[in-house]
Amino acid sequence: MSAPETTDRPSQAEAFGELRALTREWRAAIDRRLPPWWSRGVAGALLVIGILLPFLFPTNNGFMNATIIALAFAVMSLGLNVVVGFAGLLDLGYVAFYAIGAYSLGWFGSDFFFKAHLHIGVHGVAATEAGIHLNFILILICAAIICGIAGMIIGLPTLRLRGDYIAIVTLAFGEIIGVLAVNGQSVSLGGGQTLTAGNLGISAVDAPYFPGIGQFDLLNLRPWYWLIFAILLVVVGVNLRLRDSRLGRAWIALREDEVAAVSMGIPSVRTKLSAYAIGAMFGGMSGAFLGAYYTTVNAGQFQFGFSIFILAMVIIGGLGSIWGALLGGLLLGYINNWLIPDVLNNVPSKLGLNFSMTEIEYGIFGFLLVLVMLLRPQGLIPERRRKLELTSEIAPEDAQLVESTAP
Amino acid sequence: MGEGAFRALPPYASPTDVEASSFTPSLPAPAARPLAAIRRFSGRWGLVIALLALPVYYGIRDLTHGYQAGVVAGHAVVHHDLTRLGFNFAQGLSNGAIWALIAIGYTLVYGIIELINFAHGDVFMIGSMTSVGLWGTLGLGLTTGPLGLILGLVLTLLVSMLVCGSLNVLIERVAYRPLRGAPKLAPLITAVGFSFILQNVGLLWNGGSPFGVNDLIHQGQTVFHIFGVPIVRGYLLALAVMVPLVFGLGWFIGSTRAGRAMRATAQDPEAARLMGINVNQTISLTFLLGGMLAGAAGLVYALYETNVWYFQGFKAGLIAFTAAVMGGIGNVRGAVLGGLIIGVIQALSDARMGPQWTEAVVFGYLIVIMILRPRGLLGEETREAG
Repeated sequence: MSAPETTDRPSQAEAFGELRALTREWRAAIDRRLPPWWSRGVAGALLVIGILLPFLFPTNNGFMNATIIALAFAVMSLGLNVVVGFAGLLDLGYVAFYAIGAYSLGWFGSDFFFKAHLHIGVHGVAATEAGIHLNFILILICAAIICGIAGMIIGLPTLRLRGDYIAIVTLAFGEIIGVLAVNGQSVSLGGGQTLTAGNLGISAVDAPYFPGIGQFDLLNLRPWYWLIFAILLVVVGVNLRLRDSRLGRAWIALREDEVAAVSMGIPSVRTKLSAYAIGAMFGGMSGAFLGAYYTTVNAGQFQFGFSIFILAMVIIGGLGSIWGALLGGLLLGYINNWLIPDVLNNVPSKLGLNFSMTEIEYGIFGFLLVLVMLLRPQGLIPERRRKLELTSEIAPEDAQLVESTAP
Repeated sequence: MGEGAFRALPPYASPTDVEASSFTPSLPAPAARPLAAIRRFSGRWGLVIALLALPVYYGIRDLTHGYQAGVVAGHAVVHHDLTRLGFNFAQGLSNGAIWALIAIGYTLVYGIIELINFAHGDVFMIGSMTSVGLWGTLGLGLTTGPLGLILGLVLTLLVSMLVCGSLNVLIERVAYRPLRGAPKLAPLITAVGFSFILQNVGLLWNGGSPFGVNDLIHQGQTVFHIFGVPIVRGYLLALAVMVPLVFGLGWFIGSTRAGRAMRATAQDPEAARLMGINVNQTISLTFLLGGMLAGAAGLVYALYETNVWYFQGFKAGLIAFTAAVMGGIGNVRGAVLGGLIIGVIQALSDARMGPQWTEAVVFGYLIVIMILRPRGLLGEETREAG
């Protein structure tokens, strides 16, 4: 669809242009005065703050709880960013990987398969109970592998399609997985064993156990925090390396112009499938963590709204931007788990309105999505390449280049 | 391909390369390529076979195994005929009439601006809620006489269509028009955003659980039988609303000046603009028409299902979108056909596999369509689904 009409408001556009030039000058001035290692310094400082953060709060506190969930959401947001942001494949069924990851925990870390007896690297009750009990690290690996395969399967029918159609097929897969999760109770695997426990949920899942640290419990949230923080660091690191790798550049090339990329020799099928698989792996790891943290794997968690919630994180943060996805995930995680339920929940009733904020949280996210798309379509921390696309003017350094090369 | 062409190629080209490089579509497929033949066959007939599979399977099953038609004096009465299948079809076609009305809204909007209007299903939901609210205001109840009922329902239909049409135009104006030149992802995301906003409006309006409404027309009452299949009032109502609206829409798009402008804009917005068509106004008109049909569907749904729910629009929207894709998106006749087919699939799945699986069955079909025939039954090849 090409733009049939463009509404020009020259005075406003000019004013914006001036403002933009001014901020660019300021930013350049700030950059000149900062030492060259400042970005590494900021990253190091954030890392130290991140590691020491739990010591600022009591061991079991609402804000710590929100932080842990927000970090887990940020992992998912980084995973979806690979699919939607890097490869440009709009995935509206990301909740499927949350579900599969969580069920990996339910299957391999509880007494759900009551006929099996398999215990690897577990401790305490989990080492004697019936069922499959694997160490949490093994479960994370299983979740990542199963989700990677599922991601490729979901990706296969979309290979010939583009744009909106990909969104619809992934949405359909997400919904099918959701329906399977709810009705899995009536899917028999033989011998009284079912696929899932439906809306009852697989509860009494094993808490993570690490030799030397011990069993995690919900009275002390600090080990949980460090665990998800470590997962997040790994995922961010993998993301950063992937973005600059051959594969990452192939994703961006496919996103920008598929025909051109393929004619330059980029294998379209392998590149797209690897995006789906890698994105799904991160989602699965986060799903397994959240399953353990919520201590239950319940089919009711896997709604379509969750896919949109994760997508909103990526978009609000800035499509294709790693730091943006991270910020978006943390921001919406805090809004969802701390700001709305703990801080603002009673505001409508204080104003005399008969509802609570948690009821309309999806409406709030929908509103945020519309607002961000209309006001700042590039997101809070835009990807450098996309920012160049969206701001039509030539950057000053490029303009200088043009001038200097002109005869 | 003569020998000369063969020799002109560089020496390292293998015979298979020659075949690939000088492929002409007019030649029949060589017998050595069964895969291509299978692919062509599945592209043409695969979807039709997939669609027929369900009714044919259950039809044969009913004939051979029979089904329990009722219990007389403690004994199950087993029939071996197609009446149950006919019943599924009657229910499915009337359900499908509702999906068809919603699917037209998707297909019109997609045809003109290539956007999946995610909020459309929720506009339909608002239509249901408006209708139910208006009955209350007008005082329509189970005791209202036939004349008052008909007048009241016609008024409700008009108001519901008007409300949904204006709502759709408003959404286009606020959320899609400012993003006309933006990447295609942008309006899709605002559409999803608006879908959530409307759902929460519905949630605050009528609560979070399905809300039963008066069965004003006694929709379950049988009017007559066709081959032993009871036809109830609800079916007739659905068809009585759908058929005139679809024909009216066909006339509007085919014969009026504004309809011609719509078709021109759908073909090439830039050329249409150069020919003096007000493109923005035409797009608004398209959203108005789509919204009006969704409003009508909303009223029919409330009368037919006798309950409304804030989440009904999400499910209905996805089913109707599947219908639009099945028929060939951008094609109004295709949307009606797809709606009716999806309705039948849904009724079969509801009755035979259980309603909890219906969503998965419908989405399974959506994926099958996307694999076998992305352009749908009646659709043309598009850029998106080539």
